[in-house]
Amino acid sequence: MLCVKPYGMLCKIFVVPFYEMWDLPDIFVQTLWEGLVGGTLYSLIALGFVLVFKASGVFNFAQGIMVVFAALSLVGLHSLGVPAFLALILAAGIMFVLAYSVERVVLRPLVNQPDIILFMATFGLTYFLIGLGELIFGGDPKVMITKQLYIPTGALSFDFGGGRVELQKLDITAMVVASIMVAGLAVFFSKTRIGRALRAVADSHKAALSVGISLNQIWVIVWFAAGLVALVTGIMWGARSEVSFALEIIALKALPVLILGGFTSIPGAIVGGLIIGIGEKVGEIYWGPLLGGGIESWLAYMIALAFLLFRPQGLFGEKIIERV
Amino acid sequence: MLYREAGQFKTNYRDDMAVFPILQDRIGILIILIIAFAVVPFVGNNFLLHAIMIPFLVFALATIGLNILTGYTGLLSLGTGGFMGVGAYACYKLTTTFPDVNVLVWVICSGFFSAAIGVVFGLPSLRIKGFYLAVATLASQFFLQWCFIRIPWLVNYNLSNAIEVPRRSLFGIPVTGPEATPQTRYFVVLTIVVLMTWIASNLVRGRIGRMWMAVRDMDIAAELMGVRLLNTKLLAFAVSSFYCGVAGALLVFLYYGSAEATAFSINQSFAVLSMVIVGGLGSLLGSFLGAALIFTLPILLPHFMAGLGLPIQSATAEHISFMIVGALIIFFLIVEPHGLARLWQIAKQKLRVWPYPY
Amino acid sequence: MRMKGLLVGAVLAATAVTPALVSSASAQDSIYIPLFTYRTGPFANSGIPIANGMVDYLNMLNERDGGIGGVKLVIEECETGYNTEKGLACYESTKVKNPVVVGPWSTGITLPLIPRASVDKIPILSMAYGLSASAVGDTFPWVFNPPATYWDGLSMAISYIGSKEGGLQKLKGKTIGYLFFDGGYGREPIPLLESFAKKYGFEVKMYPVPPAEMQNQSGQWLNVRKDKPDYMIMWGWGAMNPTAVKEAARIKYPMDKFIGIWWSGGEDDARPTGGEAKGYTTLNFTAVGSNYPAIQDIIKHVVSKGKSQAEKDRVGEAHYNKGIYNSVLIAEAIRNAQKITGKKVVTGEDVRRGLETLTISAQRWKELGLEGFGSPVALSCADHNGHQPAYMQQWDGTKWVKISDWIQPLKDDVLPLLKAAADDYVKKNAGWPKRTESCDKPS
Repeated sequence: MLCVKPYGMLCKIFVVPFYEMWDLPDIFVQTLWEGLVGGTLYSLIALGFVLVFKASGVFNFAQGIMVVFAALSLVGLHSLGVPAFLALILAAGIMFVLAYSVERVVLRPLVNQPDIILFMATFGLTYFLIGLGELIFGGDPKVMITKQLYIPTGALSFDFGGGRVELQKLDITAMVVASIMVAGLAVFFSKTRIGRALRAVADSHKAALSVGISLNQIWVIVWFAAGLVALVTGIMWGARSEVSFALEIIALKALPVLILGGFTSIPGAIVGGLIIGIGEKVGEIYWGPLLGGGIESWLAYMIALAFLLFRPQGLFGEKIIERV
Repeated sequence: MLYREAGQFKTNYRDDMAVFPILQDRIGILIILIIAFAVVPFVGNNFLLHAIMIPFLVFALATIGLNILTGYTGLLSLGTGGFMGVGAYACYKLTTTFPDVNVLVWVICSGFFSAAIGVVFGLPSLRIKGFYLAVATLASQFFLQWCFIRIPWLVNYNLSNAIEVPRRSLFGIPVTGPEATPQTRYFVVLTIVVLMTWIASNLVRGRIGRMWMAVRDMDIAAELMGVRLLNTKLLAFAVSSFYCGVAGALLVFLYYGSAEATAFSINQSFAVLSMVIVGGLGSLLGSFLGAALIFTLPILLPHFMAGLGLPIQSATAEHISFMIVGALIIFFLIVEPHGLARLWQIAKQKLRVWPYPY
Repeated sequence: MRMKGLLVGAVLAATAVTPALVSSASAQDSIYIPLFTYRTGPFANSGIPIANGMVDYLNMLNERDGGIGGVKLVIEECETGYNTEKGLACYESTKVKNPVVVGPWSTGITLPLIPRASVDKIPILSMAYGLSASAVGDTFPWVFNPPATYWDGLSMAISYIGSKEGGLQKLKGKTIGYLFFDGGYGREPIPLLESFAKKYGFEVKMYPVPPAEMQNQSGQWLNVRKDKPDYMIMWGWGAMNPTAVKEAARIKYPMDKFIGIWWSGGEDDARPTGGEAKGYTTLNFTAVGSNYPAIQDIIKHVVSKGKSQAEKDRVGEAHYNKGIYNSVLIAEAIRNAQKITGKKVVTGEDVRRGLETLTISAQRWKELGLEGFGSPVALSCADHNGHQPAYMQQWDGTKWVKISDWIQPLKDDVLPLLKAAADDYVKKNAGWPKRTESCDKPS
């Protein structure tokens, strides 16, 4: 109705979406909020990637399945009658065992191999964990134990611009937990001895080794940290839908976040996640219908690609210096 | 003892540049070809031919394609599935628009469409490297898959939203469609794969291959030596996508018989990448070995377990086979990070001195 | 040493699998039924209960009656993971054992098998999924998709909406949202939906869910909030269903106006949302619950003896019963084939004839110990589907409750479209064989 004939398409691209944003501000705010929440969850997955990549240079493809595995352990333990919070601790314990065995079985024999080999090894790890998870817990999806963990459900809603904006308490919790985690990691990295060691390892393996930092120990710690991040991510995603192996596919969404933010930067993972989250939601809601919807599956990658063309190392990545 | 090149003198450049400079290699490859062409199709049952050999060969071709890009040029790509899809859809459009031209011509031609798309998505490789590039190629994977679903023109507005492979024949023998026997399909796939492997082996040994390898080892150094990065990288993308496109067309026309867009999902890309890495980066032989291991293992494992007489549920067998595949990938990477192809080299070395190990 | 170990391992592995690769014929004194199931992967939540239902019913027949007509059934599951490649491998590996019928349980696996069925002489039973056009028996003599096609399902959903509004004419000016799995499965009903929209004057809004985004639907549901459709119809599968139900509850979409296809109506789809999913409505063509003599027999002969992978309290769930329904069709077709041919051990060709003249009357359902379990089935040479009615079930917070009578599909709209689709298929697949199979008298 807004657009006149000869400029129909242009108008639909450049005018109508903005008019809609202005016309229905409640939907727009809701879109931003959903984008923010989605972005936070992507950030959480990306955070796991970054931790491992920073300290061991491994592009950890298995982060996605670790999310599923952690959440499944939690729910599985609880279904065996273990109280929720004890199950949470035990699930963390399982992630520690996983981290330890990964270091022992996979990383240690593969030390000094090219990046792509390590990447492939985590690919094998993914397969292994899929099989193991399904063998132990079965392939059927589980309901996340939201209530038992005292995660608030329901929504806060307020009127805005002639409509209603709903903030799910679950999502707010997710954001709070994510912030606490990032803050905690920041403190851990800057204030503790292990944190300093981690940063040293990230800077140079050899230099770190020569001042007596145990690489093996550091690797167990970062994989464990990534496992904890995975556990939190699993709880949050699981509460939003359910705990199933399909969640693993969603973890791929963390990849554009990673290249946008840079593989080695924790703030990058956060900012990248938020940009991707909000960008894809706004794109899907306002421009998606022009293309028939469902463009979310690739929009995130396109956004990241556009950024990359200007900053090949990502927004916060370290500048790549090459010498001949 | 059995495998000694002592006494085989190369007296001219021609001999020195041969694909197989050693007599034993020539004999070996001949035996393999004879087995592949004359023994396998007559001894194996349909399960071996149709469910194992055909897809194995097709995936080996796709692996060669990705190996050209990743193994020889050092550009990591996760868009293989998408490029295979381009080949399949292009072949379908071509053969339904021009049904009189032989389908095998179109199978090969579809590679050019895939190559063109590959070049477009290869452009970012000039600025982006390593894992950043890998993730960037994911953009092509997801975008292409979205296109396959969203553009009904690509499947001639079929209500099933899938490629329905038409009946086509060669010299009066059906090669596609349900009437084509597994033997015919196998011969066609084998011939194409052997020919394209031969072309690839000549490509990678020649000037172009050397340029690719120079770029892989250090692109700035290669540029300083006068290799044009733009042309070389894009050529690698084009050739790689060409191979993947042909593989995709073969996959749908001679194996699936009908395919939805999900057949070219991200999992296909990951599978081919793991074939490349497990087989050995920068090795054509490795491409075959990798495809053999990664593709046939999950399919044969249940039969293997049944052969051992273990009474387990099919789902449990599937879980265990996932675990075994994963563990084997890690195992092979630890034992031989340079891939299965390296194992063959070691074996060759051992054969050379056999039976006196020192 | 390492080399030798590898070599020995490879040789051992090769010898163990050789029997599977070299053809061997075996004398048949049993009926071989492969069941393609998926208990793994992103669609496992829908696949597991169906697999259990299928396997348990056939096992029960073996345990209780010693098979069908005195012939033992050999049942073998083959895991497909809903993956076309694995499915085709399953088909090839089971084909050598002379299966009497194949149920691919995935549209992606069904499509490649459709042209091969007539060549391999193995009938395909794609129960209420697969290619809708394969209902036309004259064109697809080897493919059967009872009891209803997706187009029938859509027409039932529309007529249900119409009945809620007080007549199909009242749909004028309404908006109906269509949330679907973005692939062949979800896209198939669109032409019919659009023609309904034109006919009855309602507007359709499309909300595709890409396969990789099944568990991330907040974008689609924001659009739903923006567009405010009066009704939502969902064509979902696997992990997409529970996520959609959750999201609908989150945006407080009126659940009783949210209608799913039969594949969206499993317990696992609504249970994670629990009480907030109350009112969520889906189509179904089998009864829910275990209060039937035949299902009690399953519990007695199979589940209680620990021969099932199903937990006892999950026997009788919606998808489990669909699995039973599928097996009832197989068993009745075999029985029918035995009757027509007079043979005990039937082949794929016989079972095709058995399927083609399959009738399960209300009386027969009762004899099977499943009175009122499904509507009567009657297939014919021309009609391989039956276009049977389905009913609406509603989630009451803990279980499915039947809320409507049997709803007849709008055959006048569906049948011409099916015919056109089948003709289109034949036109595009030049050389499609003319039907040569003779037609049996219905028994």
